[in-house]
Amino acid sequence: MNMINLLLFPIIIPFFFAMILLFFKEQVVIQRVLTVIGLTLSLVASIWLLVTVKAEGIQTVTLGSWPAPFGITMVSDMFSALLVTTTILITFFVVLYSFQSIGIERERFFYYPAILFMITGINGAFTTGDIFNMFVFFEVLLIASYLLIVLGGEKRQLRESIKYILVNVISSALFVIAVAYLYSIVGTLNMADISVKIAEINQPGIISVLAILFLIVFGIKGAIFPLYFWLPGSYAAPPIPVLTLFGALLTKVGVYAITRTYTLFFVHDIGFTHQFLLVLSLLTIVAGCIGALAYFDLKQIIIYNIVIAVGVILFGVAQMNTSGLEGAVYYLIHDMLIKAALFVLIGIIIYVTGTSNLREMGGLIKSHAALGWFYLIAAFGLAGIPPLSGFIGKLLIVKGGFEADNAFGSIVLLVSSLVVLLSVIRIFIYAFWGPQNPDYPLPVTSKRTYRQLMAPAVLLVLVTVAYGVGTEWLMPYISDASDVLRDPSIYINAVLKE
Amino acid sequence: MELLLAILIGILFTAAVYLILSRSLLKVILGTSLLSHGAHLLILTMGGLGGSAPPVLIDGVTDFADPLPQALILTAIVISFGVTAVILVMAYRMYSVHKTDNMNELRGNDEHD
Repeated sequence: MNMINLLLFPIIIPFFFAMILLFFKEQVVIQRVLTVIGLTLSLVASIWLLVTVKAEGIQTVTLGSWPAPFGITMVSDMFSALLVTTTILITFFVVLYSFQSIGIERERFFYYPAILFMITGINGAFTTGDIFNMFVFFEVLLIASYLLIVLGGEKRQLRESIKYILVNVISSALFVIAVAYLYSIVGTLNMADISVKIAEINQPGIISVLAILFLIVFGIKGAIFPLYFWLPGSYAAPPIPVLTLFGALLTKVGVYAITRTYTLFFVHDIGFTHQFLLVLSLLTIVAGCIGALAYFDLKQIIIYNIVIAVGVILFGVAQMNTSGLEGAVYYLIHDMLIKAALFVLIGIIIYVTGTSNLREMGGLIKSHAALGWFYLIAAFGLAGIPPLSGFIGKLLIVKGGFEADNAFGSIVLLVSSLVVLLSVIRIFIYAFWGPQNPDYPLPVTSKRTYRQLMAPAVLLVLVTVAYGVGTEWLMPYISDASDVLRDPSIYINAVLKE
Repeated sequence: MELLLAILIGILFTAAVYLILSRSLLKVILGTSLLSHGAHLLILTMGGLGGSAPPVLIDGVTDFADPLPQALILTAIVISFGVTAVILVMAYRMYSVHKTDNMNELRGNDEHD
C-alpha cells in the first residue's frame, strides 16, 4: 500500500475527532470515549510514521501535487516525528487525568474538542515545511489555547487570559511581519527552498536582522529571556490538566521553531546569531533559577522550571555540533515528558492538600507514600540524576558545550542542575517530610478519585524512567533527528529532489 | 508607490504601539487590530507592487502581479478577524467580572487573589 499521506494522519485524526465531538456537547461519556479513541488512533499513526521515517528516511508530501517549492509541503523528519509522537502520548495521559480532575462543567463546554484542536495545531506546526503554513498552525493551536486558558471563567482566569491573548496576538503580528520581510528577500515560503536561497545570496546583513526578528517571535512563544515575563502569571491561572498541556507542549513549539530556523535558515553567520542565542539561553537559565527558588507556590516553582529547560535546550542548539544537537533533541523530549509527569503529580498534591502553598503542607509521606516516592523519582529525573533521562540529555549538551569551547556556559548549566534539584526537593521536604501541619488539616478527599488520578501519573513517570533507561535503544532515533539539524542538505534534498 | 505605502505602514505601526501602551484595555485591542492591518499591508508591499496583468497564463504576458502575497493577506486577515472577535468577547466578560478595563488594576499575583 502506498502511504504518502501517512505524515498527515497525526494532524488530521485529532482534527476529525474534534469536529465530531462538537456534535456531542452534553454527552460527556461519548466525548470521553471518542477522545480516547481519537488519541489512540493518532498514537498508532504517529508510531507508524516514526517507524517509516526510521526505515525510509524523511517523508514529504506537497499538497495538491504541486511541484515542491510552489505547493505547501509537509515534511516529517525524525525530529518532527519524535515530537509528534511525544505530543500525542502526553495528551493521552493528560486526558485520562482530566476525567477525574477537570470537572463536568468544563467537559460540557468543549474541553475535549479544544484539546484535540490544539493537538492538530501543535502537530501541524511540527510537521509543516512551509513558513507561512507554520504561522497558520500556530494560530490554530493558539486559538484553541485561548479557549482552554479561559474555560471556566474564574475571576483570575479572565484576568490572566486577556494578557496571554494580547501577548500572543502581538507576537503573531510580528510573525507575519517577519515572514513578509523574508519573502521580500528570498521570494519563497518553502522552508527547504528558503534555506537554498539564503545560501545563494551570500548572507547580507538583513538576514541577521531577520534571524533576530524570528528569535523574538518564537522567543515570546517559547519563553526565552527577556520575553518570558508573561508566562508565570498566565500559566498559573488555568486548572492543572490545562497547565500540564501548556507547560509540556506549547512552549516547546516555540523552542522547536527556533531550533528549526536556526539550523535550516540562519546557519551562515553563526558567530553572531548563535552567539546571541547562546547568551540569551544562559540568561534564560539564570532567570528561571531565580524564579524557581523564589516561590513557595507549587505551580510557580515548576513553571519557572519550564523557563530553565528552555534555556538548557537552546544552549544545546546554539553549539551547532553533534553532541550539542543530539543533547538538545534528547532533552527536548525528556523535558516534555518530565514536565507533564511533574505537573500531574503536583496536581495530585494540590488535590489531597487543598492548597498550592508549600507553607501549609507537611507529613504527606505518612498518608500518601506512593505519591511521595513517584514525585521523588520525577524530581530526580528533572534534575538529571543517572540513570534517569535528564542526566543523558544534560551530559550530551554539556559535552557539546565543552567541544565548542563554551566552558563557562557549560559550567553555568551544571550549576543550574543543582538549583533545579534544590527547587524540586524543597517541594518534597515541605510537602512530604515532617509532621502534618496542625493548622491546616487535610481536606476530606475520596480515595477512589486519588487512585484514578494516580494511574496516569504513575504511567507518565514510568515512561520517563523507560526513556532514561532505554537510551541505548532510542539513541539511533535521536541521532537521526540531530543529523538532519546538523546538515540542512538532507532536509533540502528530501523536499526538493523528487 | 512602495514609499507611500511604507510611510502608511509606519504610521499604522506608530499608532498601534501608542494604543497598545495605553492603560485602557479597549484601546489596547484597537492597537492590536491596527498592528495587524499594518502587518497585512506590509506583506503586500514586501511582495512587490505593480504587475500590469493578472497572474493568469496567457501568451505574451510577462509583467504580471505576484498572487502569493494576496493569498497570504487573505489568510492573515481572516485569522486576525477571528482572533479580534475572541478578544472582544473575552474583554467584555473580563470587564463584567472585574468591573474595570484599566490594565493597571489588573495586575495581581498569588498574594492578592
